Amino acid sequence: MVAVYTGDFGPDQARRLLSRAGFGPQPGQELRLAALGLDLAVKSLTRPQGRARLIGKAPVDQNGLPIAPVDAVGHDHLWWLDRMVRSDQPLVERMALVFHDWFSTSSNAVIVQRQMLDQSNLFRDNCFGSFLKLFTGVTADPAMLLYLNGNANARGRPNENYAREMMELFSLGAKRGYTEGDIRQMARALTGWTSNRSSEGGHYDFRFASKRHDFGSKTIFGRTGRWNWFDGPRLCVQNRYHPSFFVDKLWSYFVDSEPDAATRTELIRIYRGSRFKIRPVLEAILMHPDFYETGPMVKPPVVYLASMMRARRVTIETDAWVGLCSAAGQQLFYPPNVSGWDDEAWLDTARMRSRWEMVGTLIRPAADILEDPYPGDETEEAAVDRALAGWGRPSLGAGDHDELVNFAARTAGLARNANQRSRYRRLRQQGLMRLIGVGPGVMLQ
Amino acid sequence: MPIPAGTGLSRRSLLLRGAGLALAVYGSRLALPAFDAGIAKAAQPDRILVSIFLDGGLDAMSLLAPTGDPEYARLRPKLALRESGTLPFSEDERLRWNPAAEGIARLHDEGKVSVFPAISYSGPDQSHFTSRHFYEIGEVEVGSRTGWLGRYLDLVGDPDNPLQGLSMNRTLSPALATGTMPVASLSGTEGFGMSAGLGELVNTQLFDSFARLGELPADSPGMSQLRTTTRRTAKLRTELNGLGGFESPVPYPQQMMGRRLATLADYIDRGLPIRVATLSGSGGYDTHASQAGTLTRNIQQTSDAIFAFQRDLEARGLADRVLVQVWSEFGRRPQENASGGTDHGAAGCAMVIGTQAAGRMIGEFPGLARLDRLNNLRWTSDYRAMYCSLLEQWFGQDAAAIIPGAASFARPRLVKP
Repeated sequence: MVAVYTGDFGPDQARRLLSRAGFGPQPGQELRLAALGLDLAVKSLTRPQGRARLIGKAPVDQNGLPIAPVDAVGHDHLWWLDRMVRSDQPLVERMALVFHDWFSTSSNAVIVQRQMLDQSNLFRDNCFGSFLKLFTGVTADPAMLLYLNGNANARGRPNENYAREMMELFSLGAKRGYTEGDIRQMARALTGWTSNRSSEGGHYDFRFASKRHDFGSKTIFGRTGRWNWFDGPRLCVQNRYHPSFFVDKLWSYFVDSEPDAATRTELIRIYRGSRFKIRPVLEAILMHPDFYETGPMVKPPVVYLASMMRARRVTIETDAWVGLCSAAGQQLFYPPNVSGWDDEAWLDTARMRSRWEMVGTLIRPAADILEDPYPGDETEEAAVDRALAGWGRPSLGAGDHDELVNFAARTAGLARNANQRSRYRRLRQQGLMRLIGVGPGVMLQ
Repeated sequence: MPIPAGTGLSRRSLLLRGAGLALAVYGSRLALPAFDAGIAKAAQPDRILVSIFLDGGLDAMSLLAPTGDPEYARLRPKLALRESGTLPFSEDERLRWNPAAEGIARLHDEGKVSVFPAISYSGPDQSHFTSRHFYEIGEVEVGSRTGWLGRYLDLVGDPDNPLQGLSMNRTLSPALATGTMPVASLSGTEGFGMSAGLGELVNTQLFDSFARLGELPADSPGMSQLRTTTRRTAKLRTELNGLGGFESPVPYPQQMMGRRLATLADYIDRGLPIRVATLSGSGGYDTHASQAGTLTRNIQQTSDAIFAFQRDLEARGLADRVLVQVWSEFGRRPQENASGGTDHGAAGCAMVIGTQAAGRMIGEFPGLARLDRLNNLRWTSDYRAMYCSLLEQWFGQDAAAIIPGAASFARPRLVKP
C-alpha cells in the first residue's frame, strides 16, 4: 500500500495543497479546506463535479474592453491566466499547465491561436482520466501536428520529429526502451495526417489521408503489426519503461525530491492497476507524506502571479501581465522548446527583478487607496499585520517576520515631525506589501 | 531535436566593476575569484573573429537576387526583386544586391566582403534545430557538446579569462560551448534598475531589508534558491549603479544589433581580452509567409548595423584585427510558396567581412536551371571549408584539431595573404 500522510492537516498543509494543486487560496480558503480533512480535501480538488465556473469579474484590457483570446496577441495568455485566477476547479487548470509543459507545443509554430486554445481544452477535458486517451488526443491534435511536423509525415517522406519526441519526452524518457529503429518505424506508423496551409500562415482542415499513410508492416519495440497512428501512443504506454517515466514525471510537478523506491513501486502499481489512469496516481501523490513533509518549491511565474491575484482578490484589468510573465520566464502557449520549461531555473537575478516588477504592478491599486493622511501612530506590529492580511496571511518563518518588523521600525524612525510620521507610515505599508510579495510566503509553494 | 552544444554547462554571474560590465560565465569548472584577475591580466589577442548568426534560414536569393537568371521570375512570381532597385554585384552579373543590403554592398565594392553564394553540406538537413546544430558544432553528426569555436578556445584559451569567447546575447551561443575553458555571455543586466517609488529614504531601508531577507537561513533547496537569488539580486542592484556608458565614433542604427555591435567595438577598443564574439542578426529569417516586408526590414537593419560596425572599427584603428563572419542554418527554396514566403531550402549564403577579408567570391552561384532532387539550390561550398580557412588563415590554427575530416575540405582564400 502506498504511504499516506497522517500528520496534522491544518491551514499550512491546506495552503500547500491549494498552492500546488491549484493556484493558492483566496483569503481564508485554506481554513475551509483544512476543516475537510486530508481525504476529502484532496478529493474536492481531484473530483470536481460538472463544468467549471469562473467566479468574479471577467477579464478586460487596460481600456476596459473584453479580451480577445483567439485574435489578439497575448490575450491567449490572459485568457488562461484568468481561468487560473477565477475557475472553481483549480486543479483542472493546474493539470492543464502540467500537460502544457509535458506535451510542450509553442504558438510560434502554430500561429493560429484558436488551435492552441483547443489543445489547452484537450488537456482540461482529459486531465484526470486515461493517460492513453490524452496521449492519443495529443497525437492527432492540430497544434501538435504542426509543432512536431506530424502533418508533413507521409509515406515515402517520413518525418521523425513526433516519433522521437513522443518516446524521448512524452512517454519513455531519453534512451529508455527504444532505439533509433523504433523511431523510424513509429514515424511510418504515424504517417497520413495532413492539413492545408492558409495564405495568412497557419493551417486548417487537419485530417487523416489514407493515401499518405504507410500501411506496411512495422516492428516497434519488438512488436510487429500494420501499426497505424493510433497504435503509436498505445505501444508507448504498453512499453515497460512507461509507467516509471509517468509516475516520476507526474510526481516531479508536485514534490521537490524524487520518490523513494518503495513509493515509486507503489505508484507504478496504482497506475498499471487502474489501466493507466491519471487521477489515482495524482491522488496518491497529493496524499503522500512527502508532499507535506518535504521542502517548498519555487512557484513557476504564472502560478506565482495567479496566486497573488487570488490572494489579493485582483482580476485581470490590463494586458501588462503578458510582458511581465514573459520577462519572468513564462508566457503561456510559448514554452521555450519541445522539452518545456525548466523548473530548476525559475529564479535568476533577471527573473527575480521581473517578479519584483510584477509585485509592484499588482499592489499599485491597493497602494493608491491607502488612507491619506495615514495613521501616524500605527505600530510596527500593526503595520506588518496589516500587510500580511492584505496577502491572505501567508505563514512566515520567524526570521522573515522579524525583518519585516525591523523594516517597519526603521522606516518609522525616519520621521522628524507629525507630517512625516503619517507620510512614512504610508510609504512603509507599501514597502511591506512589496517585501512580503517577493518573500517566501508568496514566492514558494 | 538535437541537444544544443553547451547545454548543462554551469552558469555563474560575474561583475567587473573595473571593466564596467556584468557577465554570465559558463564552463565545466568555474572558479569565480580567478576571473576578475584573469581578465585584468590577459592580453587581447591580435586577431578577433565576430560570428553573426541570422536565425531561421536566410533567404539568400533575397539578399543577392539572381535577377539575371531566366528561371528567377518563374520561381518567384510574387517575391522576385525587380532589377531596377537592386545594386550590382561585381563578381557575377546574374546576381544583384537587395537595396536593403546597401551597407554590405558598399563594403563589397570596397573589397571587404568574401561571399559564399551557395554554401551548405552534403545531405542538407532542413530542420532548424539540426542544421543549426551542425553549423554550431562544425560537423554533420548530431551530438557534440562543444561548438567549433569552443573547441578552438579549448586549444588556445586561458582558464582564467571568460571573455575569450563572448556571446553578445543573454544566452551562450552553442558555437562557443567549450569542453574546458570558461566563456561568457551578457548577463542581461543592462538597464537593471529595480524601482520601488517610495522616495530615497524609504527605498534605502527597503532594499536594505530585501538584502537581509536574502541572508536568512534556508533549510530546503526551494528556500535556498529563493534566498540565494534574493541576495544576488540585491547585490547586483547596488553594484550596477553607474556602469556602462560610452560614445561611438560613428552613428549606429538604433536597434538591438546596432547597440550590441557598438558595445562590442567599445569592448575591443578598451582592450578586453576577447578572441571570439558571437551575436544574432536583427530579426528572424524563418520567412514562411508574407516575407517581402519583414525580410527587407531585417536585412536592412542587419546590413546597416554591420556597416556601422565596420566603419567604427576603421575609425578606431581596429579594422585590421577584426573579421566578421555571417551565417545562417540554411537558405530557402527557390520556388516561393503560396503564402508569400519561402520554405526551408538547402544552399544559402555566408559572408566574411573586414579589411583583411580577401574580398573574392568563393564557389560559384550554380544557377536555378538545375536544382537538386528536392528542388533546392545546389551548393558549391561546404561550410566546413569556411571554418577551416578561418581557423588556419585568420588564427593560424591547424583545423585538423577542431573540424572532423578537415583534410577533406577545400581551403578557400578568405584572408588577405
